[in-house]
Amino acid sequence: MSFEPKIVGFCCNWCSYRGADLAGTARMKCSPNVRIIRVMCSGRVEPTFILKAFELGADGVLVLGCHPGDCHYVEGNYKAARRMPLLKKMLAQMGIEEDRVRLDWVSASEGDRFVAIVDEMTEKVRALGPFKNNFKEAKYG
Amino acid sequence: MAKLKIALYWAASCGGCEIAQLQIGDKLLKLAEAADIVFWPVAIDVKYKDVEAMPDKSIDVCLFNGAIRNSEQEHMAKMLREKSKVMIAYGSCAYEGCIPGLANLFNRELIFERAYVETPSTDNKERVFPQTKFKVPEGELTIPEFYDTVKTLRQTVDVDYIVPGCPPEEKTTWLALEALITGKLPPKGTVISHSVKAVCDDCPRKKDVKKVKKFYRTFEIIPAPEVCLLEQGLLCAGVATRGGCGAPCPQANMPCTGCYGPVEGVIDQGAHFLSAVASVIDSNDPEEIQRIIDDIRDPVGTFYRYSLPDSLLRRARIR
Ligand code: SF4
Ligand code: SF4
Ligand code: FES
Repeated sequence: MSFEPKIVGFCCNWCSYRGADLAGTARMKCSPNVRIIRVMCSGRVEPTFILKAFELGADGVLVLGCHPGDCHYVEGNYKAARRMPLLKKMLAQMGIEEDRVRLDWVSASEGDRFVAIVDEMTEKVRALGPFKNNFKEAKYG
Repeated sequence: MAKLKIALYWAASCGGCEIAQLQIGDKLLKLAEAADIVFWPVAIDVKYKDVEAMPDKSIDVCLFNGAIRNSEQEHMAKMLREKSKVMIAYGSCAYEGCIPGLANLFNRELIFERAYVETPSTDNKERVFPQTKFKVPEGELTIPEFYDTVKTLRQTVDVDYIVPGCPPEEKTTWLALEALITGKLPPKGTVISHSVKAVCDDCPRKKDVKKVKKFYRTFEIIPAPEVCLLEQGLLCAGVATRGGCGAPCPQANMPCTGCYGPVEGVIDQGAHFLSAVASVIDSNDPEEIQRIIDDIRDPVGTFYRYSLPDSLLRRARIR
């Protein structure tokens, strides 16, 4: 059976979630692999949420927010943009591939962009294979 | 009142916790009045088989320091748990893995390769590695099995209390011992410390808006004496670390490295610290943000210096 990645998608309430909604109401075709969690703002997504998703078995984590300058809370997506590269650098040391985590921007009118990002991420994570928590895999003890 | 029976043990640790226990100074006499030490490898000659012969729950309290990285330590943790009414994870190694826990960035194979082959002072062309069993004319020798992953005490046995610190400050140690001697024990699972808030709360440095364009390593700058170190671009973990130590490090011009573990309610100290550091970066431009982050050479070693085995990911994936 082919591997279907499980991806957790945090979408901000004001833009990206609406973008996802638009993709749905417009009946656009989209990979079913992203499980959306609505958050008020991409700035709400603490690094802990992302690590927790991996701990609970996600193969990838997608964070979507309003375009720079458009955040409903003015600064939230800039906060996300500062955390993500630092988190990625840390995850690289932990042996987690770069393509398993992605931060991007989707506005309320960009249903097509939402679909493109989701499809692209799904294929990248599919190519990487399942995320196996190394702790449970350790050979000795 | 009958005297308390206390056992002290060390697993994967540096010996600093023993020093910290002795540092309570003249309070040792008070401890000696109230308690008998029945097992303490660093100071008294009681063998493992003597502990094995003790009835279950005959020890009142075990202060266990050190992480679990081999089969001997695991065995002793389990045995001491059986024999003790109260099990205390004493110090950061037992609590969250600490410096020995950074070995979770590697596995046994990589560690052995480094230690027994690659180190510049090693000459081992035959690639001889430690074996758990070895036959000699006199019989079979055994040594403990070295594990891939360092675990905390809580990941190994049921733990009643935690005393944080690398090593715990004298006053923190005494807070725990006093509670034991007087029988006024907090609820199970309590991290025994004078504070549940962050180190920053105890730190006298002036705090203002935190906006940082460049991060420094400690040897690169001499920080101004009265201003928050994080504001000066030093990676101070005070924001993400439980207080109670009294903030000695920032008061000595050194950033807090996080040894008291996460503040109450936080499950992953490193992620919390990382988030705090990212939020002080003073830029909205992706390229500039990346440049500023490039100064942080070793994120795991910085953010998870004491807590990698206790973190959500626990260890690195080795491919
Ligand atoms: S970040 Fe460090 S220097 Fe700044 S207030 Fe907190 S403990 Fe003190
Ligand atoms: S200031 Fe930080 S590193 Fe220093 S003793 Fe306190 S918790 Fe540990
Ligand atoms: S509300 Fe959309 S990113 Fe802040």
